Amino acid sequence: MTELAGGKWDAIVVGAGHNGLVCAALLAQAGKSVLVLEAEQQVGGAAVTRELTEGFSVSPCAHLLYQLQPEVCKELKVSPTLACEDLATIALSRQGNHVRIAGNAVTGVTGADAEQFRRFRKRSLRFARLLRGVLNRAPPRLGTSDWRDVLSLARMGFDIRRLGRDEMREFLRIIGMNIHDEVTERFANPLLRGAICLDAVLGTHLGPRSPNTMFTYLYRLAGDGGRNAVPRGGMGMVSAVLAQAARSAGAEIMTATPVRQIVVENGRVTGVETEAGELFSSYTVISNADPKRTVMRLVGARHFETGFIKRVHHLRSHGNAAKLHLALDGLPHVDGLAFKDFGERLLIAGDEHYVERAFNPAKYFEFSTAPVIEVTFPSIHDESLAPPGKHVMSAVVQYAPFALKDGWTEASRQRFLDIAMTTIAEYLPGLEQQVIASELLTPADIETQFHINGGHWHHGELALDQFLFVRPVSGAAQYALPLDGLFLCGAGAHPGGGVSGAPGRNAARTILKRERVR
Amino acid sequence: MKTEPVHQGRLESPFYSRLKALDTVNEWHQWKGYTAANELYCADTEYFAIRNATAVFDLTPMTKYRITGPDACAYLDRLVTRDMTRLAPGRVAYAAWCDDQGHVIDDGTIFHLRDGDYRLCAQERHFGWLQTATIGFDVTVTHESDDVAALAVQGPTSYSVMNKLVYGGLDDLKPFGLKHLRFQGNDLMVSRTGFTGDLGYELWIDPSQAEALWDALFDAGREFGIRAIGTDALEMARIEAGFIAVYREFLPADETVRSGRARSPFELGLGWLVDFTKPNFNGRRALAAEMRNGSTWRLVKLDIEGNKPAGDAYIFPKRSRNRHSIGFITSAMWSPVCKKNIALGTVRAPYGKPGDTLWVEIYYQREMHWSRKMARAVVVDQPFWLPERRRATPPGPF
Repeated sequence: MTELAGGKWDAIVVGAGHNGLVCAALLAQAGKSVLVLEAEQQVGGAAVTRELTEGFSVSPCAHLLYQLQPEVCKELKVSPTLACEDLATIALSRQGNHVRIAGNAVTGVTGADAEQFRRFRKRSLRFARLLRGVLNRAPPRLGTSDWRDVLSLARMGFDIRRLGRDEMREFLRIIGMNIHDEVTERFANPLLRGAICLDAVLGTHLGPRSPNTMFTYLYRLAGDGGRNAVPRGGMGMVSAVLAQAARSAGAEIMTATPVRQIVVENGRVTGVETEAGELFSSYTVISNADPKRTVMRLVGARHFETGFIKRVHHLRSHGNAAKLHLALDGLPHVDGLAFKDFGERLLIAGDEHYVERAFNPAKYFEFSTAPVIEVTFPSIHDESLAPPGKHVMSAVVQYAPFALKDGWTEASRQRFLDIAMTTIAEYLPGLEQQVIASELLTPADIETQFHINGGHWHHGELALDQFLFVRPVSGAAQYALPLDGLFLCGAGAHPGGGVSGAPGRNAARTILKRERVR
Repeated sequence: MKTEPVHQGRLESPFYSRLKALDTVNEWHQWKGYTAANELYCADTEYFAIRNATAVFDLTPMTKYRITGPDACAYLDRLVTRDMTRLAPGRVAYAAWCDDQGHVIDDGTIFHLRDGDYRLCAQERHFGWLQTATIGFDVTVTHESDDVAALAVQGPTSYSVMNKLVYGGLDDLKPFGLKHLRFQGNDLMVSRTGFTGDLGYELWIDPSQAEALWDALFDAGREFGIRAIGTDALEMARIEAGFIAVYREFLPADETVRSGRARSPFELGLGWLVDFTKPNFNGRRALAAEMRNGSTWRLVKLDIEGNKPAGDAYIFPKRSRNRHSIGFITSAMWSPVCKKNIALGTVRAPYGKPGDTLWVEIYYQREMHWSRKMARAVVVDQPFWLPERRRATPPGPF
């Protein structure tokens, strides 16, 4: 503990999620005294590794690395060790006719579909690059005459225009569209259609027919071309590397120190108070927590104006994805799947209708009776996660609405676990006989365990009306909240969720830039 | 199941029977769902009752909200631009409330009835906004416009009338004070408030007691020249007092569509209501920026030469009209009591500082033919009508 503990810090970061760590590290690199306060014993927030049962570990929230921004790695001089860099995606078939997608190539489909996919992917990547351009910049403010905003906006327009007339029109045509229309126009193979639909809706409250699912699909590709990696040691290792970078830059990180409130005096932030009643002072407090928790709970609605509170109140932030973790004695034999294929990303999404039907109950606050599932066996690539010969499974199971009609009770959780297990057993028969231990985290559990209001990956639904200039809400889209000294740096801020480090980096840059202007 | 019939057409105030009995001209209009009299016999005569005797105006259709709960004070303090923590029980505050852009949604009066129990009165309905503003506060907002009957009793003899009605006890009632009294065994709230710029009271009672109160009031007031009035007479008194009115001097911010049509408190001469010592209130950030950068508009009170009312006239900085107009008149009248041609208007800042001379272009008609006149208008900073008795405690008999 430095002598600054009770004194004035240049900045305090609430929450040591990966974005909080990136933000803290960058501020510390710029010579600021930075304190990071984390509620849990370990850093990482939703990017952690923890023991499932003796000898078995999983990444209990985020489980694949597909968006970590090269800019973040470069500036912090970190490079997390990857156990596997580029997972293929396998859309599972009950009959063993699995469809395998690796980069541009699809196997298990007709030549026409393969060719169509190659073109679809090429164009999607082109559009995704456009999105990537905005991920690493704070969104410009609209309606100002500040040259930086105007320039930034002009650059965005120029990037779109540079696609060329036809491609620009195409981009503007599809960006608000649904993924269902796109895949049914293009592909004959139902599994291929289902797999693309699943990628578009994973982690959202959207079905394939919901508007702007083309956008969510592109967002997933924007980070790193949609390449999925398994970090060695689980997601917690990524956070550990970031924490190390923050510490060596001079940031102080205190774990097991939950923050009770962000202290406001005379209309400006002056520090934070921990649950233990300890006060830490700083005129700059950066919240890695989600916008609703930050505004409504940590600060309090009374410190903001009514219009802003209304927008935060209406922020859509109810999660829909459950996490299923299994400790396995071994792997079953499945038709058409070689041992190493278990190491890829396995999808259960029969076709676009299967995904839509899985979504239907969620509209009425009920969970799917035939859920869509993204299955991974990280222990195939990383033997540190399970004892020799044994394995762990980490799966995202959708849809499990946060606000379940009758609430998440032990009974409803068990029912959904049974449904998930039955569904998996249909596609990976024999898996259920290998189970040593299991754990299902509903969005309600994710809320309590990871301190995310609504248990939403993205801290707030990722949709065009909650993106860019209006993420999380208008009036807070440039990381600064309408309360002097208070900033957001988490997934709720632009650009959104995923272990990208982009919101954290953008927030740090914004804070440093404001200082220079002043 | 028995269902209550839905009321069709205009509502009648609990005082309607009494007003109707006095009405001779049958000039009525709709006011927030109620039928309200423009005038009962002659607006000019009614006006003189306000200035020379006692006028009684039915303000039941006024919007009234009850605000209760542990956070009621904190809630109001965030809602309005004034410091509500200093409003003691038994006191009333005139206040304005803004949206986040610092634009006035409405102005009105807040009555601190009893500890932590408030009533907010306004011209317009604002339940949506008030309800939204409760997010994060332990407070309940109830719409009680129809549950409270209210009368304004205004004019130089109103103190005498009221004293006779409630058998004294009003000597220590200061302007913007309120008292809970008993009337024929029922609760009666009396506040020293009004919209006429003169000595006056407002009476608040359960609708079931409305007619009895009216009758007793008129009995008490007979020797003091009491008269019922309509909205036209009140409007004249309002302009003389220099009070702004919604849809005249400003539009509720949430109803404007075009950019620049809403007004900030500074632009309405309500800068004195804005308390920047409060750390947070709706519109604070925008208003602080406006303080730094200057306002676009300024509300002016004008003393205009001649006797032709300047209603809807354009305002110019010089007598020659070669320049663009800098604003317009929003309310105007010949003031009988001030013997002046007065008006309220809106001009672009920095025009319109007190003492400035501006010019208004008045059009008037003589036997069908229109004429135009450029009239000199001096900006004044005091209300046109501000008698001593308005502020005196006790005000004493007239």
